[in-house]
This record gives sequence, structure tokens and C-alpha cells, in this order.
Amino acid sequence: MKLSKQEIQDIAKLARLDLTEAELEKYGGQLSAVLSYIDQLKEVNVKGVEPAAQVTGLENVLREDEVKNWDEKEIEEALKDAPEKEGRFIKVKRVIE
Amino acid sequence: MQLNTLTIKQAGQLLAKKEITSVELTKACLARIKEVDGEIKACLTVCEKEALAEAKKADERRAKGESGELLGIPYLAKDNILTRGIKTTAASKILENYIAPYDASIIRKLKQAGAVLLGKTNLDEFAHGASTENSAFGPTHNPWDLQRVPGGSSGGSAAAVAADMCLFALGTDTGGSVRCPASFCGITGLKPTYGRSSRFGLVAMTSSTDVPGPLTKTVADAAMVLSVIAGVDKNDGTTVNITPPAYAKASAGKPTPLVRGEELKGLTIGLPKEYFIAGTDKAVAEAVEKAIADLKKLGVKFKQVSLPHTKYGVPVYYIITPSEVSSNLARFDGIKYGLSVAKPPLPPLSGGEENGLMQVYTKSRGKGFGPEAKRRIMLGTYALSAGYFDAYYLQAQKVRTKIKQELDEVLETVDCLLTPSAPHVAFKIGAQSGDPLKMYLEDIFMTGASLSGLPAISIPCGFDGGMPVGLQLIGKRFDEARLFRVGGAYQQVTEWHLQKPEIS
Repeated sequence: MKLSKQEIQDIAKLARLDLTEAELEKYGGQLSAVLSYIDQLKEVNVKGVEPAAQVTGLENVLREDEVKNWDEKEIEEALKDAPEKEGRFIKVKRVIE
Repeated sequence: MQLNTLTIKQAGQLLAKKEITSVELTKACLARIKEVDGEIKACLTVCEKEALAEAKKADERRAKGESGELLGIPYLAKDNILTRGIKTTAASKILENYIAPYDASIIRKLKQAGAVLLGKTNLDEFAHGASTENSAFGPTHNPWDLQRVPGGSSGGSAAAVAADMCLFALGTDTGGSVRCPASFCGITGLKPTYGRSSRFGLVAMTSSTDVPGPLTKTVADAAMVLSVIAGVDKNDGTTVNITPPAYAKASAGKPTPLVRGEELKGLTIGLPKEYFIAGTDKAVAEAVEKAIADLKKLGVKFKQVSLPHTKYGVPVYYIITPSEVSSNLARFDGIKYGLSVAKPPLPPLSGGEENGLMQVYTKSRGKGFGPEAKRRIMLGTYALSAGYFDAYYLQAQKVRTKIKQELDEVLETVDCLLTPSAPHVAFKIGAQSGDPLKMYLEDIFMTGASLSGLPAISIPCGFDGGMPVGLQLIGKRFDEARLFRVGGAYQQVTEWHLQKPEIS
């Protein structure tokens, strides 16, 4: 499985990663090698086998969707990590053109 | 007496008899960190002031008559476990200055139990790796040989325990990240059953296999830590409150004890032939054979079993893990927290497009993530993308079902499995870092238990050229008790776990 440079670029865009030329080149080769190795999974007969969703047998774990109020200090601590703020709001670039 | 070298059990007895205080114990660990961590580089953050305050509090609680196995016991936590008010970096530039506004559930439980947090340990960035070389802040060195890796991804935690910087440490295991470094550093490392201990407050990697567990000096200590961090958490819907059926009967409705008697007569342990392969180093194979002989003397019967899908464990793991990683790491967007390249003017994107928001995402992530995180994000993005989903992700989840069924069926016929933890001892720093695929193959004996959610423990069982060798016990789901029983009995008749590295 050999990925072309265009394919690597498309994947990087989907993944929201800005990569340098050197990175595109390097990861292209490495990902192709890993995918070739993973290709051996195709030889396994999985006819009638359910894909694994979880492993402990739990089903439909539900809880109330309750709003828990944070105290001032917790709010302040959480907001402190945001890179751009205006008052108590996190600033985001324009989404709608 | 060097207090930092004690086990939890030993320190607990001395604390109970009022012969030592938690403050003394904590000071001894802090002094040891100062003495050796300049070379080992196990810790990313040491919170001396907070630790001494916590230790004082623990001593006061004890003076008021409180008791508890972990009351006043100093520990270190892997830096992908959230700690309120103390930096959590996941060893990534993207979280270099991140301070969580809440504690992970397991940290909260340890606080309630009175354990003393000394600091945070190094790891492969976001726990992606088997050597701790993928840390954005430089590698950790193995205390047994500073030229070698400590294993990973919980390499800082393992090295710290091996070098007596703490009495125990917390790690996380997704595909071997507690067991591999425990094996490479000559200590005990437990990956609990998936769902036994809460994932709430871990920096999520592969949510379907992530599980936090203890790295300790003995099996008995691992049981003590697990009994505190285990349990149902309403913030983690995958935690399970379950008693293995065989023990439910024996304990007649009482909660399952995590440690059972030491008697091993009547136990049968399976030896999966796919884990005893030609690629394993001779001295490693011999150490494991010797351990099998020692256990036979204790009355254990051994039986060869077969797990033919073992070889697909690593390829399945390296589809499922990157897929979940690509989704879990999408939250690092340069907006809510973490590194951000948000200040205008932004340079144009390589494709020549102009979009302020898109640039914040791609530039922040491009700058903040290291090479392995980027590789995994891209591999996962590819495996989950339209047109490839069935061939990769779906196929991998089907093969995973086969691996799980096969392990479950074999575990019906034996009490647990015994394997080498790794095919070789710790390798030299830099020896494998150029080849991601080779590094992925480090997980060869580890992925089966992870993909199936089974408990597994790595225990020291010998040396090869001065470096520790580990054996792995894999148990039935939620049957950590039997692993503790076998491992604990083994450590009563052997001294591998008592060996200490000389740090020059």
C-alpha cells in the first residue's frame, strides 16, 4: 500500500495538520510501510463475525444529564487555559463567511 | 534506614506503629528525586510544597486515629493523569502549560485515602510509544543502565519506582504501557481489567483499551493500590462493578477480596505457544522457564495452549489505536486550551487557502504535536475515512472479536496464562526510534490482553546482561485476585523483585 504525496496531503488536511514538505515526505513513507504491514489482516476469515464494540458485556449505560454548577474558582481555572479571551468568553475566529 | 526504599506494606506498618511519619517518608522521596533524577529524568514536575503539606495532613489524620493502607504514602503519577492545580502535559508541547481544573477520579480517590502526590512523570507524548523517547521533553533513562530506555509509555513512572523516588507510581496501559516499562525496569506493573479503574480525567488515547494501573515494588503493593483506585465511577460509563462468579460463591456475598490466600496447589496455568517463539532472546526465555519451574515447585500445573490469532494483535491494535487517537486528539484545536497559533497575521496555508479558523487548527496542531502523535492521527484519519473504513477499521474490529473470543475460550480451561512480558530486555536509547513499525512490534506480547480487556501483570523474573527480565500473567476478566495470588506467592520464594539498580 503506497500512499501518494497528494493522498498524504489530503489526509493531513482532514486531520487538520499543517505539515512541512519534509514531514509530508517522511510520514508518507512511514505510513505506507505501516499500512503494508497491517494488510495481513485481510487474510483472516471474519465471515459472520461481529465487530468488537466493547469487551466487558455492558449494555446501555445511562445516567441523568444533570447540570452541575461550578464554583467561581473552577470557572476561573478552566478559563485560564484558553489562549484568547474577552471577559468570561473564549474568543474564536469567525466561522461564517 | 532509607525510607524511600520501603514498600507500601513496610512503610504502612511503620506508620501505624508511629515509628515514622509521612513527612519523613515524603522528605526521603523528595531527597532521592533530587539526588538521582538529574540523570534519570523520570519526573516532569515535582510539587515539593504541595507534597509536604499533604504529608502533614496525612500525619494529622493518623494522629486523630484514622488508618488506611495508603494513608501518608508518597507516590508519583504519570503526566497524562489530570491533577487539579498541578501541570498535566501528557509530555506534549501542545499541553506544555496546561493546568487542569479538576482531578482525575483515581487521583481524587488517592487523595481521600491520604496518599501523597510527589509530582508527575515522563511518558511518550500522549502515551504513544514503548520507550518514553517520544516525550517532547526528552527521554527518561533506565536506572539499570542510563544508556537504555525505561520502556514505555509509563517509562517515567517505572524508572521512578525502580530508583526508589517514590513508594509507588500510577501509569496508564493502552497496549502495554504499564507492563512494558515495569518489565524493562525490573518492577511490578498491573494493567487492571478494562473497566476496573476509572478513566475519568485521563488524557484520552484509545478509549476502548485505556486503563490506569499501579507500578509498584511488589505484587502485594499493587493489590493495595488497586483496591483504592478500583470501582464504579459515574463519570466513566465503562466502569463495572463485578465479582467473578467463582469467587462470588466462595466469598458468599461478601465483596471480592483482591488478594486471596497464597496457596497455589490445584492451579493450572496456560502457556500459549504463540508467546514462546524463536524471536525471543535466549536469556529471556531461560528466565521465564526458570520461573515456570519455580511455580511448579509451589504446586502449579502447566498446560500448553494455543492462541493462533496472536500474530494479528499488533496489526489490529495499530488500526484501532490510531483511529481512536485521531478522534480523541481532535479536541486539541488551539482554542479552548493548550498551545495556540492564533494571533494574526497568520501565514497562508500550504494549499494557498485563507481561512482564519482553519489556520488556527492546522498551525496549532502542526506545531504542537510531535511526530508519533501526527503519524497516529494521520493513520487513524485514513483508516476511518470513507472508502477505507470497511477494509481497515471494521476488519480490525472483527479480528479483535476473534482475538477476544479465543482468549476467553482458552481462559475457560486454565486459571491464567503465563508469557514473557517482552521478547528482550530494554534496548539502547535511539536504537529503534527511526523505525516506527519496529517500535510497534515491541507490543507483540502486550496487545492481546489490551484488545480483550483482560487483567495482566508484569513481574520481574531474572536478568539478561544486567538488565531485568519480566514475565506476564494474563487473567480472566475481573480476576485480578488470581494474578495477585500467583504473583504474590512467586515473590515469596524469589528475590528478583528485591534487586535494586546501582545508579552511578
